Amino acid sequence: MEFHLKTPLKKEDITQLQAGDIVYITGTVFTARDEAHARILELTEKGDPLPFDLDGAVIYHCGPLMKKTNGGWEVVAAGPTTSGRMSKMTPLLLEEHNVCAIIGKGGMQDVVESLKGRCVYLAYTGGCAALAARSIKSVSCVHWLDLGMPEAVWSLDVVEFGPLIVGIDPKGGDLFSNVRKHAKRVFSGI
Amino acid sequence: MTVNITREKVVEATIDILRKAETELPDDVVEALNRAEIDESDPVAKAQIQGILENVRIAKENAVPMCQDTGILIFYVEIGRSLRLDFDLKDAITEGVRRATEAIPLRPNAVEPLTRKNSGDNTGSGLPDIKYELVEGDGLTITVAPKGAGSENMSTLTMLNPTEVGSIKNFILETVLNAGGMPCPPIIVGVGIGGSFDKAARLAKSALLSRLDEMNQFEREILDEINSLGIGPMGLGGSTTALAVHVRTAHCHTASLPVAVNIQCWANRHASITFGGDE
Repeated sequence: MEFHLKTPLKKEDITQLQAGDIVYITGTVFTARDEAHARILELTEKGDPLPFDLDGAVIYHCGPLMKKTNGGWEVVAAGPTTSGRMSKMTPLLLEEHNVCAIIGKGGMQDVVESLKGRCVYLAYTGGCAALAARSIKSVSCVHWLDLGMPEAVWSLDVVEFGPLIVGIDPKGGDLFSNVRKHAKRVFSGI
Repeated sequence: MTVNITREKVVEATIDILRKAETELPDDVVEALNRAEIDESDPVAKAQIQGILENVRIAKENAVPMCQDTGILIFYVEIGRSLRLDFDLKDAITEGVRRATEAIPLRPNAVEPLTRKNSGDNTGSGLPDIKYELVEGDGLTITVAPKGAGSENMSTLTMLNPTEVGSIKNFILETVLNAGGMPCPPIIVGVGIGGSFDKAARLAKSALLSRLDEMNQFEREILDEINSLGIGPMGLGGSTTALAVHVRTAHCHTASLPVAVNIQCWANRHASITFGGDE
């Protein structure tokens, strides 16, 4: 099945999705990788507010390549980064914030339970940064640029961003885990 | 023949080969991806390769980096032993990296390892990483191979016992298995066997410069076993987990068997330039 979703996402947008479905997203996505996750968790623990709204939000595991222009920033290349590095921090993030979708590459281990009923993991083809930049129409703002260009949180306006493949659905379906289990079986037979 | 190589020529050549490497995938890699697109029967796997090929076309057409991870910059320099330079080569290449970061542009990726502070221009202590080799003649060849972190982070090194030659293949397969979809498969696998702890890693990395279609029987056997795992493009399943395996060996201590596996994503970027040399 193919779905075209608009942000902010609602619970019913994502609970209908199944591993293997194709999704396109229009609206706002926030880039966040290692350092941004750490800072979100640090502020949340202190009870301090975040400078952006994660309610119904889409987080994009991405450290974009940006170019400074007169009026602001322009996206040059913005493909997904390895989601596995954020696996440990994601359950804590989802406990405190209503993030409804995570876009990344390579899948995530040990997050299936945290995603259940509330969030979906969407896979974008790794390295396809020039392709991804085509559906990013503008940069609305940047937060935490002190972390450096790749680690800052960029608020991106996207139109029909995809195709994204539902890698982990909110019912526990996990394409990556199925592939890993199969590969392990083959490996033990070699 | 005397070659007149100036500092400015090296700076500009560095920018040129960086632009080429970041925006154009070498022909042998594109050919391997085209073959994989035909061979994949799984629709999800096929779509991943098609996305990659479209991305490669857009990057070349628009002269933009194919991946936002423009890597840390690894240089291989071959210096003719009768060549004389009246400037600091390292300084010239480093200046080229600084200017290329602005001009292409490249993502500033270099951070101090403990404070994680970004230098902003892809240079820093030990970066760019430049490996020098003396060769015959009076020429100068500079090759750049930008290396992204997604695949680099999945690389491994082990010190096997000398009697465990039979376990080498298993170690390579296990590395690929554990990496799964994380290093952006289809990958290229560089293997260094022998040498020493660091030499094995250097062999593995330089093996990634080999043409993908030039594999020996041992390398093809490993490739077939890797592809039998079914990890597939981006770890979503399929028959193309790797495009090539390249093994390089060096003599080692009789008590040692170092094995290093350097994983490279599909974006196997590299470009070279040669000045002069004996003809």
